[in-house]
Amino acid sequence: MCSLSLFPPPLAAGRLLIERNNELIAGDLDRQCDLPCPQFSRDMLKGPARAESKSAFLEQTHTLWRRSAGAWRDAGLLGLLDEITDSAEEVPRCVAVVSRCLLALMRWASSFHSSLFPHLTLSSDQMVAEFSQMMDWSESAVRSFSWHPHTEKFAVALMDDSIRIYRASSSTAPSLKHRCQRSVSALQWKPLCGSALAVACEKHLIVWSVDPCSLSSRPSSGCAQLLSLPGHSPITSLAWSPSGSLLVSASPVDTAMMLHDDDDDDDDDDVTKRNNGWLVRLQVWDVAAETCVPLRRVGGGGVTLLSWAPDGERLLAASPSALFRVWETRMWTCERWPCLKGSCQAACWSSDGSCLLFSIQGESLLYNLTFSDLTGGPKSASVVADLSETSFPGPEGDLTVGGEVFSLSWDPRGERLAVLLRGDPLSADHPSAIAVFKTRCSPVFELLPCAGQTEDSPMCRSSSAAPGLLTPRDPWV
Amino acid sequence: MFSLKQNCWFIRKVVAWRASASIAWSVLLLPLTTAIFLILSRFSLFHPFQWISDCTSLLTASSTIFSLVILCAVVLITGFFNLEFYTLVPSIPCSRVALLGTVLHPQQCIHSLVYSSMGMLVMWCASVIIGGRYSTLGTHCRLGESGEVMTCLNEYHLFLLLSGAFMGYSHSFLGVVQNMYFVSFPPIQQYKYPQFKGCLPMVLKCSVIQSLFSARNFAALYFFFGYMPKAWISNTLNLPLDGSIQPLDSLAGLADISLFYHLVISGTFLYFTWYLSVLLFRIYATEAHTFPVQSTFIEEADQCLPKVLTEKVVLPMKFLALQDLALLSQHSLSRRQEVFSLSQPGGHPHNWNAVSRECLSLLSELTQRLVAHHDAVASNGRVKSQSASSDTKTASSSSSVFSGTEDVPGTPRPSIPLRTPGSVFNSSVGGLPSSLTAPFTPDVDSPFSTPSIRRLVGSQGARSPWFGSVQSPHIMRRGPKLWSASTESQTKESPPPSPASAPTPSAANQKPSFLSQWLQNRKEQVKSFLSKRVLVVYLFNKLPEASSQALFADSQSHIWALQGLSHLVAASFTEDQFGVVQTTLPNILSSLIILLEAVERHFKLPHASSKPCGEYFNGP
Repeated sequence: MCSLSLFPPPLAAGRLLIERNNELIAGDLDRQCDLPCPQFSRDMLKGPARAESKSAFLEQTHTLWRRSAGAWRDAGLLGLLDEITDSAEEVPRCVAVVSRCLLALMRWASSFHSSLFPHLTLSSDQMVAEFSQMMDWSESAVRSFSWHPHTEKFAVALMDDSIRIYRASSSTAPSLKHRCQRSVSALQWKPLCGSALAVACEKHLIVWSVDPCSLSSRPSSGCAQLLSLPGHSPITSLAWSPSGSLLVSASPVDTAMMLHDDDDDDDDDDVTKRNNGWLVRLQVWDVAAETCVPLRRVGGGGVTLLSWAPDGERLLAASPSALFRVWETRMWTCERWPCLKGSCQAACWSSDGSCLLFSIQGESLLYNLTFSDLTGGPKSASVVADLSETSFPGPEGDLTVGGEVFSLSWDPRGERLAVLLRGDPLSADHPSAIAVFKTRCSPVFELLPCAGQTEDSPMCRSSSAAPGLLTPRDPWV
Repeated sequence: MFSLKQNCWFIRKVVAWRASASIAWSVLLLPLTTAIFLILSRFSLFHPFQWISDCTSLLTASSTIFSLVILCAVVLITGFFNLEFYTLVPSIPCSRVALLGTVLHPQQCIHSLVYSSMGMLVMWCASVIIGGRYSTLGTHCRLGESGEVMTCLNEYHLFLLLSGAFMGYSHSFLGVVQNMYFVSFPPIQQYKYPQFKGCLPMVLKCSVIQSLFSARNFAALYFFFGYMPKAWISNTLNLPLDGSIQPLDSLAGLADISLFYHLVISGTFLYFTWYLSVLLFRIYATEAHTFPVQSTFIEEADQCLPKVLTEKVVLPMKFLALQDLALLSQHSLSRRQEVFSLSQPGGHPHNWNAVSRECLSLLSELTQRLVAHHDAVASNGRVKSQSASSDTKTASSSSSVFSGTEDVPGTPRPSIPLRTPGSVFNSSVGGLPSSLTAPFTPDVDSPFSTPSIRRLVGSQGARSPWFGSVQSPHIMRRGPKLWSASTESQTKESPPPSPASAPTPSAANQKPSFLSQWLQNRKEQVKSFLSKRVLVVYLFNKLPEASSQALFADSQSHIWALQGLSHLVAASFTEDQFGVVQTTLPNILSSLIILLEAVERHFKLPHASSKPCGEYFNGP
């Protein structure tokens, strides 16, 4: 078992670190690679106006009919009942009583429902903030981050609902904006493809195809492909299959995972999709339509986190309750893993897909599940690291590092593992930190401490929260 | 397409069993749905105990059992009847007239007729199950002043029967309009039970919605035309109408919540049983079938994958074989080894050769189709006209892409000199501003005509030798040439007669006689006259993107071929011991790239914008 006390003292935040000769040194950006290093601050980015337009208008008295119609349109049945109950003196007594009873009944029923799944009471934005892999998602200027798996470029989702794409040795940073692109909670580049970027938004799933050769700094919304499904929002997590042929998206509200067939080995599939789109829209009953297949299982109440094993054989789907599932992607059957102490907070697969590391919300332990075809799968998870709080003597007094494991990322070669540890935002000497482990999967799983870094600047936070800063190149940490 | 009449081992051994299993399951599920229907139809809010006790006694009553037997017969009949209509390639009508043609097709009429009668039968059973005032066609009533008891017409029963016929017809109608019998393969493999379970809520929801729509439409229809069947039945069966009850073809009669509830419930029941049988068939039909890659016995040689892939007639077998190829190329190491293996005496890679040849021919066929479409469309954004008669042909095959329906909305033809290679030299030589097609039809075999023209003719008349079945590598080598030739002519927006086509005028000029010119002129006049009529324009107007959809209607097979091929090639890097893939690698790569180019060019066409439409995910 590995613990933080074996680590060297953490390095200060805000510097680029390079691993050389088995130790981390602060390096210079320009010398290594000419990746851009954009800085975002909250003042620069104006958050989108989310306030309702209601506040801009003066209040006006209307007849009950018009108010009821408005309430029905805005807030559905609940709003209508609310409106009638509020204006009890204008309606006949029996109507008011009936609506009050109905309202009470509905509230009672919904409270019962949400007592089973407390996350359903959250608003859409709160839910995204809760289940995003980003630390304080709602406050941060950077909402999500994704490295391209093959080339030196990355995409950053910002607070103003735009996405910027930065490339090495290129000064143009295309900014992607779309009417439907709101509350971006996850980004992922399509594997084996240079241009496709999947974006999980509040209501839609957008697949941008950004031509790498294009010099346009503002690709039109014609490059975006909008996928949406009623009842499947907010989408907080998505995952491409390693071959890039399937895309899975999940929402904490919907119990079904959506599998979008995005088979683009060849572009004619685009047309297939479109054909099916045409079919689907008409034949509402066409359940076997090719475009998307809902995968439903009872229990758990939604899916918050998806992670596809790099070998494509397994897919992890965590739920908001104390349960996660591991799907096998041949016949799409699943194993239930009821973890007793809480919901799964972060997870990542080893490069050969045999080993799954995960952490549980509120805990500072790292668990390991080893899958192997010979033994027929693991029986229980084992604890591989304990990252509870540890004090290091620093220049300005002791520094405490450790705590809840918030996010995990493993580099594609399976040699380094980065763990983001949530600190205490109230105390200055307990910052969030990244711990980097050296890992080895065969013959037995092994974790060795490598280095740590505390962090506080927004850029660092973004990069750490985004799984995969370590991915493109080895010297990059 | 899944018709059991075809005499093929696959149909006999696999499809027949799958169809029977799916129908058997839909029959087995029927008692359950009937029981639920009975319980729901007897629902009464204020007498819960009586309701439950009624239901338990009714579930075993003889009338219920009898109607259950009849329902089983209905499900069996519709199940086997549907087999003729299931298809693997959706029919995509390019215009409303084509759609109308499909709906009025005799086969479709028979389908509608059968479904209407089956709907009546189901509704009769439903009315027997519901009982009460719906149970029989005749009721006892007292006539006016004399007070004698007579048998009168029970309008409620009639109402349900007619609604059954209506729902049956609308099911059949929507089936053809929405391609209900199109069996689409799911993108992922699942076991049958989870797949069924996952689809069940959707089917239920859809049948409820469909039933609500049908109930509304039928109520409106009955309100306006209900007196006709009522009077007819009453006259022929000599059943007088009961004057004391409110007639149902009036507002007061229709404003009956209980009637509406029963109508919707039985409609849901009806749709649910039918949708369920379609769903079950789809699940069974699309289940992966494992073909042996090679067999040790000679008798089984025609059941092996390389042989089966070349099948042209039995489409289900071909599709399943392609699916199997795509699956084995991704998941099965041992079967890939068999594909890469050499034949025992002789050492030839027969398996790989057959597989790759078939896949490549599929892909090159798609490429040619795309290039031809592109050539036909790209020059000025409209499909060249074949003849006026092609407007009305039913669009069930991909050749409908070339029907001339696009021409109609255009401005009167003669005033615009069309900027196609044909018209350019035509106007300059023959002085005919309007003629487009006539001079070209005979020139198919001329080496100078553009591929599009050849293709157009090939699609219209007898199949040109290399249109349908492309087997020889000769064609493969021709692909790039085709491509480059057509690029030349299209990159220049208004192509002057390309050097290659320059000699054609002499050949073409001899053909059109005075008569044909006169006919051409008449035709153009009729066209321009018709194009000003709103209804004609509405009917003949091309549905947006329909041609593109029709072009890719059977692209599932191409996708599998492509997946199988590319995964096999990728796997061959480590698994191919004898290097059999290397010999075909250049061919594969070039055909993939040509296809990619063709597809990319296709999306740049004005009619097939590359913008993915936003609503293609709004379905289930």
